[in-house]
Amino acid sequence: MTLKGMTRRDALRAGVAGAAASALPLVNVHGQTSGGRLAVGFWDHWVPAGNEAMRAIVDDWSKKNRVEVQIDFITSVGNKLLLTTAAEAQARQGHDILAFSTWLVQDHQRMLEPVDDVMGRLVQKYGKVNPVSEYLGKVGGKWMAVPASSGSQNKGSAARIDLMKQHAGIDVQAMYPAETRLGPGADQWTWETFLTAAQKCNAAGMPFALPAGTFSDATDWIGAMFRSYGAELVNAKGDITIRSNDKVKQALDYAARLFQHIPGEMFAADDATNNRALIANRSALIFNPPSAYAVAKRDAPQVAEQVWHFPSPMGPAGHYTPHLPFFWGIWNFSRAKPAAKALLEHLSQREQVEKLVAATDGYDIPAFDTLTDLDTWSTVGPPRGTVFNYPVKPHHKAEPSIAFAPAPPEVAVQMYTQGIQAKMIARMVQNKEPVDRVLAWAEREVEGFNR
Amino acid sequence: MSSLPPGIPAAIAPPRAGTLQRLARRRSTLAFLMTLPLIALIGSLVIYPFFYALYLSMLNKRMTKFVGIDNFTFLLGRETFQMVIWQSVIFAVGAVVAKAIIGFVLAHVLHALPDKGQRKWRGMLLVPWVIPPAISTLAWWWLFDPSYSAFNWALAGIGAGPVPWLGEANWARFAVILVNVWYGAPFFMIMYLAALKSVPDQLYEASAIDGATGLQKLRYVTLPMMRNIISITVLFSLIVTFANFDIVRILTNGGPQDSTHVFGTYAFQVGIQSGDIPLGAAVSLFMFPMLAVFAIFILRGVSRRSKEMAG
Repeated sequence: MTLKGMTRRDALRAGVAGAAASALPLVNVHGQTSGGRLAVGFWDHWVPAGNEAMRAIVDDWSKKNRVEVQIDFITSVGNKLLLTTAAEAQARQGHDILAFSTWLVQDHQRMLEPVDDVMGRLVQKYGKVNPVSEYLGKVGGKWMAVPASSGSQNKGSAARIDLMKQHAGIDVQAMYPAETRLGPGADQWTWETFLTAAQKCNAAGMPFALPAGTFSDATDWIGAMFRSYGAELVNAKGDITIRSNDKVKQALDYAARLFQHIPGEMFAADDATNNRALIANRSALIFNPPSAYAVAKRDAPQVAEQVWHFPSPMGPAGHYTPHLPFFWGIWNFSRAKPAAKALLEHLSQREQVEKLVAATDGYDIPAFDTLTDLDTWSTVGPPRGTVFNYPVKPHHKAEPSIAFAPAPPEVAVQMYTQGIQAKMIARMVQNKEPVDRVLAWAEREVEGFNR
Repeated sequence: MSSLPPGIPAAIAPPRAGTLQRLARRRSTLAFLMTLPLIALIGSLVIYPFFYALYLSMLNKRMTKFVGIDNFTFLLGRETFQMVIWQSVIFAVGAVVAKAIIGFVLAHVLHALPDKGQRKWRGMLLVPWVIPPAISTLAWWWLFDPSYSAFNWALAGIGAGPVPWLGEANWARFAVILVNVWYGAPFFMIMYLAALKSVPDQLYEASAIDGATGLQKLRYVTLPMMRNIISITVLFSLIVTFANFDIVRILTNGGPQDSTHVFGTYAFQVGIQSGDIPLGAAVSLFMFPMLAVFAIFILRGVSRRSKEMAG
């Protein structure tokens, strides 16, 4: 049988030759990557330039170390990253390195390779890590993942300079200038001052957009507020401390007073509601990373020009700003652990962090205190220096915090995802339930998480 | 060889078929082979996950210890989970009843239209059903948006105050049921329309001769002829609605104060988001006995009526 003059034998011979020829480049590729292969799942950054910067850094490392790196940027939209993590943990296969959002290191601790060696060298070089990253990234004193700058965020105040000055009489720019010092009024930036400002701005038709549902924006700012009042629902030992806890009552009483001046619709708000309120010129203050500012810069530049970022208010028990860290973890089923550790150590160096922070206009927050002085935060604008005070800096005398810490993380994560503090406020404000009944309800709920 | 006709030597007689060949010739074997891909698909995508979920639901939180039915008894004692059971029932039954009534009315209206116009309307009324619910629910979310609700804007136009569509428990329950009804009613409509078209005209003619009114025709002719299709459609929709996830997840995320959680969304929150996969599996398995009871009753009725009709 012939095909256009070619016999079956000819075709077979040509096939064998073709296969041999096509194998040659493979050999070459292998030669270039004798350091092995690495599959990495990074978080798909909100700011597209963040992904490009990450790819460039990894490509450069890959060439220098002759390691073939396959990168996937996995979005957190629709919980895709969360589901990918769960699926890889169940299947015990997938990427070598994966981005783990806030609580996931704790969830998957048994399947992660300890990274004490990497963290030991980084801590020696860059000093201590912020307490939230330590609380979430360490298990039994061991680092189970490396805190990632990419995707880590603070949710301090993002306020309108003009509206706060006009309606509340607070010059937020002067209070937290783009310099390493506090301005006049910073020592008075308390939750009580905040309440007065909320009242005045609401009266002027520019209410603070403070969500109080079960999405993370709500949980984060409410968590920082509770912590500022010393209101722990569960302490570090795991004891439930809700009933007859005066500090919890104090925080709830404050929330009830505050929500007199917050639109009722905020109980149904999601993580985008507050952003939209700021961008649409309908709110004087939100608690958010600079993502709302970045969108305003594109869609409503006249609003963006008036936005200033600075820490959350302080309370009687301390000054806390919500912080949500990301981590990079190495699965214990990975066959390329040394290469994975080398890459993570490389990504955590100041030069790389600087590039990533610059690419994301200052959105990313490094975990090391000594890395909160990068140039990007001074230069982003207009107004120039708007994100200077977005990272928690030593002169702020504040501390990054996460809702429900210092409760044991396996209990805290459940309180966090179920938004227990926000529900307590909703019961008081929406249902008008007496505080004791609210506390009893919360205690019953938390008892279940402690099983 | 005694069965061979006389005169035919055994050497040239057709060889006796082997067991395999005989099996292959049987119609039931052929049918089994042809359904094998489907059986494999159901086995791998339904039966295996079901038993795996059952296994997971009997482990402790860290999945290191067998705890029997502890997760189920724990859930039944939780106030929030009791609320989830109620809400799932209200959501599924409320939505299915509304979809059945609206579908029934729409099918009759369509059936009464002339053929030419009917096709156009049929196409338009099917649109909600063919749009992926994750997308259409987002559009609904914008209509209900806490700050910029288009419905509230329209209400303001007539001087009415805003409605907390997603911010107040009862309104939020109404909103999620409404979206489910909007999405699912066309399915009922198309099924009922098909059933209506299969009712012989002679039955209506005979009843008209007997002096039946429109309502009597509906009660004594249409409904009995449609009972089986109504039952099967209701069962199918109950199963799908009970297992709903996207509408509640997108519209309310189970809020406010857990008042709109259904099994699917609560299982996701407990299992995936809170890292307690065994408890999440236990939540989702609660649907199974409830749906099994519904299915047994409905399918028993269908088979009884089929026998009566055959008899």
